[in-house]
Amino acid sequence: MITLENIHKSFGSKQILRGLDLDVKQGESCVIIGGSGTGKSVTLKCILGLITPDSGSIKVAEEEITQTGDRDAFLAQFGMLFQGAALFDSLPVWQNVAFRLLRGSLKKSKDEAREIAIEKLRRVGLSADVADQLPGELSGGMQKRVGLARAIAADPKIIFFDEPTTGLDPIMSGVINDLIREIVTEMGATALTITHDMTSVRAIADKVAMLHRGKLRWHGDVKDLDHADDPYLTQFISGSPEGPIETLR
Amino acid sequence: MIKFLNHFLGSIGAAALSFSAMVGRVSIFTAQTLRHMFTPPVYGRELLISLMNIGYLSLPVVGLTSLFTGGALALQIYAGGSRFSAEAVVPQIVAIGMVRELGPVLVGLMIAARVTASVAAEIATMKVTEQIDALVTLSTHPMKYLTAPRVWAGLLTVPFLVAVGDIIGIMGGWLVSTQSLDFNSATYLRNTINFLQAADIISSLVKGAVFGFIATLMGCYYGMNSGRGAQGVGQATKASVVSAAILILAANFLLTQAFFAA
Ligand SMILES: Nc1ncnc2c1ncn2[C@@H]1O[C@H](COP(=O)(O)OP(=O)(O)OP(=O)(O)O)[C@@H](O)[C@H]1O
Ligand SMILES: [Mg+2]
Repeated sequence: MITLENIHKSFGSKQILRGLDLDVKQGESCVIIGGSGTGKSVTLKCILGLITPDSGSIKVAEEEITQTGDRDAFLAQFGMLFQGAALFDSLPVWQNVAFRLLRGSLKKSKDEAREIAIEKLRRVGLSADVADQLPGELSGGMQKRVGLARAIAADPKIIFFDEPTTGLDPIMSGVINDLIREIVTEMGATALTITHDMTSVRAIADKVAMLHRGKLRWHGDVKDLDHADDPYLTQFISGSPEGPIETLR
Repeated sequence: MIKFLNHFLGSIGAAALSFSAMVGRVSIFTAQTLRHMFTPPVYGRELLISLMNIGYLSLPVVGLTSLFTGGALALQIYAGGSRFSAEAVVPQIVAIGMVRELGPVLVGLMIAARVTASVAAEIATMKVTEQIDALVTLSTHPMKYLTAPRVWAGLLTVPFLVAVGDIIGIMGGWLVSTQSLDFNSATYLRNTINFLQAADIISSLVKGAVFGFIATLMGCYYGMNSGRGAQGVGQATKASVVSAAILILAANFLLTQAFFAA
């Protein structure tokens, strides 16, 4: 479904991605792990076309993303939760969630859109009271969940979650993990999630991909995570400061 | 010495290069803006909000600026004119000065201060907090959703603001002249109206439209191209106001030349 080959990207003189390969199959839930600043968020933005890689090929559904004729139709397949939620602070919560349903090709009536928004908010554990508040009035974790509701509002085929459980309490993390799992198994969506939370990894993932220094370091089934013999992966999972991954980055 | 000269010429060259690159980028941005302004979809709600923010809410600032300037202008012309016993021309000079030059320029600069700054800061903040990226992923083109409505609002409302500014400026002159300079109210107004020509008023409105376009376009351009973090937002805001103000004054010169240099 999503294939990255030999992606390179630098910002100025700073090399971030140095030949990244990644392959995500349809209906699969892939989790990306890796140290802070290794380019995980940049990878997602490259796939969405928000950042143009310096070289390499990105294919979505067998089609090179630079060659898709209809950008709107291409983007309509995606839902994206940004690391910082990226809510539109001038719009009330429900209009944020229903943004895609209020305009463009998926336009629905206002009442219908609002109803869907409230339903999606409920799924991320937010009551209908928040629907008319402005994003600025919510806590960080609540904003994150609104972002999540917005990402899934139009039932996209491919969903990207950038750290969906960061800043949430353990119970809410559990709810969100279940939700992501449910979206993949029930709706057959393809999910690509970035997380630092090893509990989430085990709850969400079919496949795990570890990025290190701009390359794919390890890729495999989640059940092989604990008996893999990659020293980088083992250090990352155990969270030990001793190992091949340098702590000064 | 040679080394110094080399360095000096080199830095001039670099500045010229970066200036022409800048001109190129702004031109491309302008062309894209125009394309998005004239192709559907139109985001009606955004347009209404922009018309309100850029047009209606600028009225107090424009009114006060013009009122004081019109008044001051009357005093100056009276004082200057009396040196060669030409005090009687106050209504005519106030009218022409306000309508042809001061009205559009002052309104343009106030719009640069008020609107350009807020547009740049708002869009830059959206950029820095990834809201622009989010718009793209929600199949909404940021140029269409953010730039087009604001530039339309600038283009459509600033001529009206200039008209209001012209009228209030003339009223400022009239107030001062009738209250403290012993002009006759009816004569003053008659002189003003008889003296003004259609070309004066048309040039005033055209200037308003051009300045409104420049002010909102610069706000959007610098906002969209903002650097990262709070510093990026500050930098974008500052640069947008400075370049809008300079471009407005330059455009004013060119337009005055086009309209009145026979
Ligand atoms: N637009 C940009 N301009 C310049 N540098 C950038 C830009 N976007 C990202 N970077 C740099 O790229 C590097 C990787 O960023 P990225 O956000 O992908 O990290 P990450 O792997 O998601 O880290 P984290 O886990 O902390 O979120 C960082 O060093 C960042 O400074
Ligand atoms: Mg990140």
